[in-house]
Amino acid sequence: MKGWMGKIRTLLLLSSLSLILSGCGKENLTAFLPKGYGADVSLGIIITSLVVMIFVFVVVMIIYTFVLVRYRQKKGQEDFVPKQTEGNKALEVVWTVIPILLLVIIAVPTIAATYDLADKSGQKDALNISVTGNQYWWHFSYDDQEIQTSQDLYIPTGKKVYLNMISSDVLHSFWVPSISGKMDTNPENENTMYIEAYEEGVYWGKCAELCGPSHSKMDFKVVAVSQEEFDQWVSDMQNVDPEATPEATSAQEGQKLFEQNCLSCHAIGSSPVAVAPNLTNFGDRTKIAGVVDYSKENLVDWILYPEEIKPGNKMVNAPYFGEHKDMKEFEDEAEKIADYLLQLKPSEITPDSAQ
Amino acid sequence: MSSTIAQKRGFASTLWDYLTTVDHKKIGIMYLIAGGFFFLVGGLEAMAIRWQLVRPENDFVSAGFYNELLTMHGTTMIFLAAMPLIFALMNAVVPLQIGARDVAFPFLNSLGFWLFLFGGVLLNCSWFLGGAPDAGWTAYAPLSTTSPGHGVDFYVLGLQISGAGTLIGGINFLVTIVNMRAPGMTYMRMPLFTWTAFVTSALILFAFPALTVGLFLLMFDRMFGSGFFDAGMGGNSVIWEHLFWIFGHPEVYILILPAFGVFSDVFSTFSKKRLFGYTAMVFATVLIGFLGFMVWAHHMFTVGLGPAANSIFAVATMAIAVPTGIKIFNWLFTLWGGNIKINSAMLWALGFIPSFTIGGMTGVMLAAAAADYQFHDTYFVVAHFHYVIVGGVVFGIFSGLHYWWPKMFGKILNEGLGKFTFWTFFIGFHLTFFIQHFLGLMGMPRRYWIYLENQGLDTGNAVSTAGAFLMAIGTIVFLYNVIITSVKGEKVSGDPWDGRTLEWSIPSPPPHYNFRQTPLVRGLDPLWIEKSEGRKGMTPAEPLGDIHMPNSSILPFVMSLGLFIASFGFIYQTSDKSWLSLVFIGMGILLGCMFIRSVKDDHGYHIHKEDLDKEAGL
Repeated sequence: MKGWMGKIRTLLLLSSLSLILSGCGKENLTAFLPKGYGADVSLGIIITSLVVMIFVFVVVMIIYTFVLVRYRQKKGQEDFVPKQTEGNKALEVVWTVIPILLLVIIAVPTIAATYDLADKSGQKDALNISVTGNQYWWHFSYDDQEIQTSQDLYIPTGKKVYLNMISSDVLHSFWVPSISGKMDTNPENENTMYIEAYEEGVYWGKCAELCGPSHSKMDFKVVAVSQEEFDQWVSDMQNVDPEATPEATSAQEGQKLFEQNCLSCHAIGSSPVAVAPNLTNFGDRTKIAGVVDYSKENLVDWILYPEEIKPGNKMVNAPYFGEHKDMKEFEDEAEKIADYLLQLKPSEITPDSAQ
Repeated sequence: MSSTIAQKRGFASTLWDYLTTVDHKKIGIMYLIAGGFFFLVGGLEAMAIRWQLVRPENDFVSAGFYNELLTMHGTTMIFLAAMPLIFALMNAVVPLQIGARDVAFPFLNSLGFWLFLFGGVLLNCSWFLGGAPDAGWTAYAPLSTTSPGHGVDFYVLGLQISGAGTLIGGINFLVTIVNMRAPGMTYMRMPLFTWTAFVTSALILFAFPALTVGLFLLMFDRMFGSGFFDAGMGGNSVIWEHLFWIFGHPEVYILILPAFGVFSDVFSTFSKKRLFGYTAMVFATVLIGFLGFMVWAHHMFTVGLGPAANSIFAVATMAIAVPTGIKIFNWLFTLWGGNIKINSAMLWALGFIPSFTIGGMTGVMLAAAAADYQFHDTYFVVAHFHYVIVGGVVFGIFSGLHYWWPKMFGKILNEGLGKFTFWTFFIGFHLTFFIQHFLGLMGMPRRYWIYLENQGLDTGNAVSTAGAFLMAIGTIVFLYNVIITSVKGEKVSGDPWDGRTLEWSIPSPPPHYNFRQTPLVRGLDPLWIEKSEGRKGMTPAEPLGDIHMPNSSILPFVMSLGLFIASFGFIYQTSDKSWLSLVFIGMGILLGCMFIRSVKDDHGYHIHKEDLDKEAGL
């Protein structure tokens, strides 16, 4: 795999092309700047097929331009009747055979790459993570490590990590453009794909299958850290005391309110309950609800007015919505809950570690 | 003659004439008006989508409404605009091109139209009755099965009814082309447009039943508690994807093949040359239609079908590039050595070649499964299918309308306005969609209500919206052109383009019986052959005699109305069983009409030879 891709890369034309392409998009989001194995392989195929296709396009356009310039009706020639050609066997064979050859150039590496990206031979010994797509958030369960988390997926760099994916409701599609192409999450069967990040970083993930009103707000992150940092994170997450009492009084009150109002769906710690996002390391999240900038003010807004931030999400079913007509009444409580959530920082390994 | 009579008649009788007509030419005009109307509706939806995306985190429309817009834009454009406009051209032209006096089943032709129209109206009623469908035009389960409200119910029944109309139309054209060709019109002498209409009809015959089955299953899941697509009840949502795309992929060839036919005829006429490689063109058309059924899973590379299935479907998809490439080169070599006259019809055809080639290029790129993992469900795909559907089908419809407008209405569309429309639409089109290829790979999935700030997506989206406005301007100017032409346009002869095929051998617009005498066809481009041998028109294959014509009937309209009424019963019986009464009323109307149609002998009528002479002024 690497062999033929390496050869292709050496071609001057291609490297200049990828230079042009690399001007496109935001780093760690765009597929033009691959930072992982899947994205790298896909871009290789994209460039191979693009080059072949540009060749075809140029040939077509040369004939097209020539024909239009040369054979456009001239003044005074309106009645000229050209020779009524029926066809030309030789030409027709040429433009049948050459395209077939060009397609073989694309098809062979495509099939190789398709099998390569579906390779499961190393799955047993690798890190396996169960991924569940939900309207409109992602849940990650590290089955062997007994760690549950949501929204931010921590992985070690330089290793193939196998994602076993399913959906709890409608179809979703897991896409981290800079790391790898996408794979759908279906409600009835588990799909497996692997991702491998080359370097540390926080990578944008998107849902790529229409899943309801907040489809465009189902963002998540992949946090790729070094193996040591990842091991540290694993042990920190394993040693979380879900009932630990926070230091500040408002956070202590927040914890009680959280238990009354939120714990029926959310979980803290390694409880496998996943009706709503697991909040064990909420204090280290990069975004609130996947899309809102991380601040206390925004978190309070999110607790009070989730429908305005993510239309169609299911947090509006929380008990406190039934108990209050005007959410202003709940504002003080929401702030305390926010204080509690914001101090949930069980690990020193955070997105900031991924540099 | 007949048109002056129509002018003297009142509005009511003209309306009655159109409601009851079984004349393929009038049905073609009705398809044109209805399809044109839905094209404008779908265009408005598109403008709303583009305006929502003009800047990041815009709030022009709500998230739920945006999903309704994108669903209805896709559904409307495919089923209610592109399909009927293709059918408009097929109805207006195919019988004339094969030297027939009407289609094989004129009654069914009318039924097909009214079913389509009532299905389309039903679907759009959803806007005013609690919200349009919002699960995408692909209506993937479980999103479609669990979508609240009645939106998706309208989708199911609207498409079911209009789909039945399309299926009827397809069968009708198959039988027409098989049975009703004039003497001497062998298969390998048929104009390319007729050939593509033939292959498209065959595709309709085999593809639409898959949609019908899928929609029935979806209907039972939503309305009657079944669980075909519900994993919790042992169903499987992936089956919907298969059923939808087994229909959906051939559907895009159903649309594009007739456009290929238009271009073939237009290139040949306006370069004054016989189509280069006619036989290869015919076989390429058939091959595309055949391969079109073997590639549906390339829409599902990321579903998790496994590398074997993905590779097979990738290679099968790439194979389609070969016959398509053959066509492109044959068109180029039709132009080669010709005497190319560039008018509006030709401009659209010439604009098609680079546009569609780009669409074909991205098609091959998308076929590469391992690359598609990045492309899938992003704006790259949005760009690709607009390049093939707008750059292919819509350009083809515009080209065909400019080309056959004089045949349909006896007047040539204004050339200046036509060229203005082309250039604004063409530039706007590339401005809108070219940049979307890049947006997709830069991380913008399709069907996104908003995109976030600082993600490098702002400029591209703003450019895209600007392009959409240019396309809108082009469309409005085209409408103006239609109006100004019908008011001020000059009458033209039956053969204003120095045409090559049979439709140009009769007056414009044609008399309702089309051909006074069935013509004798002596080769490909029959009229050209006669003209090049110094004759003025076709040699008749029969002596002048009585012409047998079908009677008009209101039954197709009433039958479709019955299904329309019954649909409301089906949709609302989920909330209140008393709505079932509408099901019985509507189905009663339908079955009653079918009964009347079955027991009443309708032998049609004859136009007598003497009347034909009188009309011709002899």
